[in-house]
Amino acid sequence: MISELFTVTVLIGILASGIRLATPYLYASIGEMFGQRSGVLNLGVEGQMLLGAFAAFYVALTTGNLWLGILAAMIVGALMGLMMAFVTVNLHAQQGISGIGFYLFGLGMSDLLFQKLMGTVETVKGFPPIKVPLLSNIPGIGEIFFSQNLLVYGAYLLVPAAWFVLNKTTLGLKIRSVGENPDAADSLGVSVARVRYFTIILGGTLSGVAGASLSIALLNVFQQNMTSGLGFIAVALVYFGGWRPWGVLGGALLFSMVNSLQLWIQVLGIPIPSEIAVMMPYVLTILVLVITVSRVRAPSALTKPFERED
Amino acid sequence: MKKLFQSEWISRLIDASLPVFAAMAALLIGAVMLFLLKVNPVEAYKALWDGAFGSSNAFAETLVKATPLLLVGIGICISFRGDVINIGGEGQMIIGAILATWVGLNFTGLPGWLVITISMLAGFLGGAIWGGIPGVLKAYFSVNEILSTVMMNAIAVQMMNFFLRGPMIDPSQAELASKIPQTARLLEIFRLPRLAPTRLHLGALIAVILAILVYILLWRTTLGYRIRAVGQNPHASRYAGIKVQRYVVLALLLSGAFAGLAGATQVFGVNYRMITDGSSSGFTGSAGFNGIVAALFGQLHPILTIPASILFGALLVGANSMQRVVQVPSALVTALNGLVVVFVVSSEFWRRRRQRRRLAAAKQNDESPPQPEPEKLQQLETGA
Repeated sequence: MISELFTVTVLIGILASGIRLATPYLYASIGEMFGQRSGVLNLGVEGQMLLGAFAAFYVALTTGNLWLGILAAMIVGALMGLMMAFVTVNLHAQQGISGIGFYLFGLGMSDLLFQKLMGTVETVKGFPPIKVPLLSNIPGIGEIFFSQNLLVYGAYLLVPAAWFVLNKTTLGLKIRSVGENPDAADSLGVSVARVRYFTIILGGTLSGVAGASLSIALLNVFQQNMTSGLGFIAVALVYFGGWRPWGVLGGALLFSMVNSLQLWIQVLGIPIPSEIAVMMPYVLTILVLVITVSRVRAPSALTKPFERED
Repeated sequence: MKKLFQSEWISRLIDASLPVFAAMAALLIGAVMLFLLKVNPVEAYKALWDGAFGSSNAFAETLVKATPLLLVGIGICISFRGDVINIGGEGQMIIGAILATWVGLNFTGLPGWLVITISMLAGFLGGAIWGGIPGVLKAYFSVNEILSTVMMNAIAVQMMNFFLRGPMIDPSQAELASKIPQTARLLEIFRLPRLAPTRLHLGALIAVILAILVYILLWRTTLGYRIRAVGQNPHASRYAGIKVQRYVVLALLLSGAFAGLAGATQVFGVNYRMITDGSSSGFTGSAGFNGIVAALFGQLHPILTIPASILFGALLVGANSMQRVVQVPSALVTALNGLVVVFVVSSEFWRRRRQRRRLAAAKQNDESPPQPEPEKLQQLETGA
């Protein structure tokens, strides 16, 4: 039975679903990375994703328009980001803890709204796969990379875009300087508060999209607590990726490929207890964190509120 | 008048009541939300109150729910005071419960009191292991503990599902097609004694005693002093000869141990078996998270965490009756808990600001020369 894993069709299946599964992690982790590069740890990603997933699903269900769903998820995520920004930037609240608060808020709110507005689990017709002309005809490669839905493509385009913004633009320079040395940035006339507001709201928006990618592009349902820890993993992937877009991409791919592998192991009925299989990506993440983390330095001002010296 | 407001104890009183204001603000927002859901907030909150405090049974239920929150919460006091953010309460509860249940199901030949004692210790040990691993990873491999504890939660949930569906499954369930993931029932003599003709059990009393002991540990022993010193300033602590890494591990290990005990008391005091519904919070009821909320509300002070746990236990129990009476999903209370956390950490802002003003005033008067960093010193000495 193990040998079934190594047939070409199954391998292509594993890779294709691995590519797909990385989508929510990429949106959420890239967003979180911007926040952390500016010195703010947002632990509320999971809550933002849940609310985003619900908003997208509910709007798509009632209007029949998937794009309005994405927009709703972005708005909800941005609002959550705005609240987080106010609490961490203006009120200097401890970031790890306020993040847990926002997580619980999103968890409860999305569940409450789901029960009050929908009541039962329904499905929508999510974003359909789009075959890229010509490229999707390449055997194997075409199925793995070029027959995905729009939000999957978007997630992968986000990585080079984030790299460009962070490393090649003035905005990116400001974000990095605010995260490394806010005092110096401030004395050069960069508004630490404004930069952090921007990155946290951007992060919230992308977390909302991450949630939407689950509810109207990958799974096409909404359920209570449907992210089940995905948002926390997304935060972990930022550390994992050493606060760099390409690193985050590597982490997201590794995590989702292992996840995809364990899903296929269950589908094929290979006699490994499913619980052990589900555990694998988490164990692996810890192991990789042990190996990699000590080599990369976190942004110096991470989790530190900025206060101008009088 | 101005003098009165500057006086020390008024200031402290305001500081101490900040969480209460935070909770009231959250409940006020909850009222608005209820209103938007077309539910009369007064009716809803009355149902919540009656559900939590309306009868002696209701109050006992509240205390039963408060027990794991308190146990997790006092652990959180230790770790957060040591500047270690332990999000792993859920997983630590689970592993503690698995070990304790295993003892309870396998040592059936021994006297009841002995098995209960060993089981509770096993719970303590299980939680300590599950907290200790992220502790070691943080201290010696600089793996962020927030991330590792979250991962450890996910791993623990899968281990629980594995054991309760496999090696530890209730023999009567094993033959059924729809297997409920649960263990066999504990012998009657192995159950934690009840304290009143309600479901209130000895675990509640144990939790309160341990809260007092943790207070003593944190503020009256060298170990506690060092954990807090490392939390306040690891560099100064290292300079002062404290082995920082050792205390980081200890903070997480102890924190996990109390969560593990919380899991054990749920098995031996409430359900008399370990049972879940397959979801990640199926066994814990999210006590591993809500315990953090309770501890923060209690200002990371073990004694203040006692009333805080009762408050959140009441909210949880009341939420269920609110769901029954006015059909508002209990998820509302989860959302409000989140707001309470946000408001409590935000309200620290005003406390710090007043402290700065007091310092500035003292400087001006020049009567009592200000001490360096009074906030930190005060926290170290009194914990308030």
